[in-house]
Amino acid sequence: MLKNRIIPCLDVKNGRVVKGINFVDLKDAGDPVEQAKIYSDGGADEICFLDITASNENRDIIYDVVKKTSKKCFVPLTVGGGVRSVDDINKLLICGADKVSINTAAVENSKVVIDSSKKFGSQCIVVAIDAKKNGDKWEVFTHGGRKNSGIDALGYAKQMEENGAGELLVTSMDRDGTQVGYDIDLMSKISSQVNIPVIASGGVGNLDHLVDGIKLGKASAVLAASIFHYGKHSVKEAKDYLDLKGIPVRI
Amino acid sequence: MNVIIVDYNSGNISSVINSFKEVAEDKVKIEVTSDLNKIKLSDKVVLPGQGSFKSCVDSLNKISGLTETLNKFVITDKKPLLGICVGLQMFADIGYEERETKGLGWISGKVSKINNQNNKYKLPHIGWNQINIVKDSKILKGIENNSHMYFVHSYEFIPNDKSVISATTDYSSNIVCSVEKENIFGTQFHPEKSDKLGLKIIDNFMNL
Repeated sequence: MLKNRIIPCLDVKNGRVVKGINFVDLKDAGDPVEQAKIYSDGGADEICFLDITASNENRDIIYDVVKKTSKKCFVPLTVGGGVRSVDDINKLLICGADKVSINTAAVENSKVVIDSSKKFGSQCIVVAIDAKKNGDKWEVFTHGGRKNSGIDALGYAKQMEENGAGELLVTSMDRDGTQVGYDIDLMSKISSQVNIPVIASGGVGNLDHLVDGIKLGKASAVLAASIFHYGKHSVKEAKDYLDLKGIPVRI
Repeated sequence: MNVIIVDYNSGNISSVINSFKEVAEDKVKIEVTSDLNKIKLSDKVVLPGQGSFKSCVDSLNKISGLTETLNKFVITDKKPLLGICVGLQMFADIGYEERETKGLGWISGKVSKINNQNNKYKLPHIGWNQINIVKDSKILKGIENNSHMYFVHSYEFIPNDKSVISATTDYSSNIVCSVEKENIFGTQFHPEKSDKLGLKIIDNFMNL
């Protein structure tokens, strides 16, 4: 039976983890390589890096981080943030990323998803959708949530599937950082609409939220950042809890 | 001993390289190349493959003499080869992704799209699934039945001779996920991304 996946996400800025696991025995708490290794040893089904480096001159640092991590972690590694072109995707894949997540570029230039999925295969192309509720629909935001494209998120999700995305990483901007749970309505609507896996993101505050994301939101995988940081919950605790609630996970 | 990972522009093979190097340490020399002479002289070959069946076959054929060299390595010299994902699928006579394409024909059979039962099952089949080991296989030595492996694919290999199947996985039906025919080995899942158990399979292959 195919298992639901738990994906811890690490925000990386200028090559350093911004929020991370706060373990006393960590030599360097800001080292993304070390943190990714702790997650994968702890049973994470995949690892996600979100590069939030703002300045262009520090952009290349992420390549080095990916290179080092992929030599130590033998579970899939997804890297997103600042991916603008097929060339950027190629560079990340060569460094050892298994999947690349594309956000703003997928909205601005549909060719990026079409061309990269043809060139590298759909399996490594994840389209990240940042959606915010407006009335009875959701709109797609770009530029790290700063710019409203006005595009309807449900139609956009379908379009991205047709363009060749292998998975969709759906983040509710209304919920992100609130710790009140995923936007279940958004997740289930998108998941029912497309036939590719949906990864739910944004708003996890406790382990029940992960259960809801899968059971009610119909997500194939759940991504979370803060509940795994500072040792609030380990990936193993999360998996044991999901297992207890009857959700198939890899233990 | 040296092991060659065939580099034929089949997509992203960084993870395959990293995992083999991790397992090899200093005992085995891992080389990534499409050099025909080096392949001929190597002890073992790994044939990765990402993207579509057609694009992988096309990429193989673009390198003059590569298919013939691999044929000789596998069929005449009977040296061990491990195909991963589309690398395994290409063992078939024929594949139907994009359009009908001739495969290497090492293990008679076809590659067709997974029956998703009217969208009941999402495709690609992405994530960790358990494998049912149906026969002893040298590369699955020490791997327990129902172990989890990492999958990413939408097409499945259907061999004519079921006795080559060493493991299946359940996703809409029993999908072939590991084969062994004499010196030819293949996994539909990605051992390079299947954590410690995946590395164990790679180790088994290197120790053949």
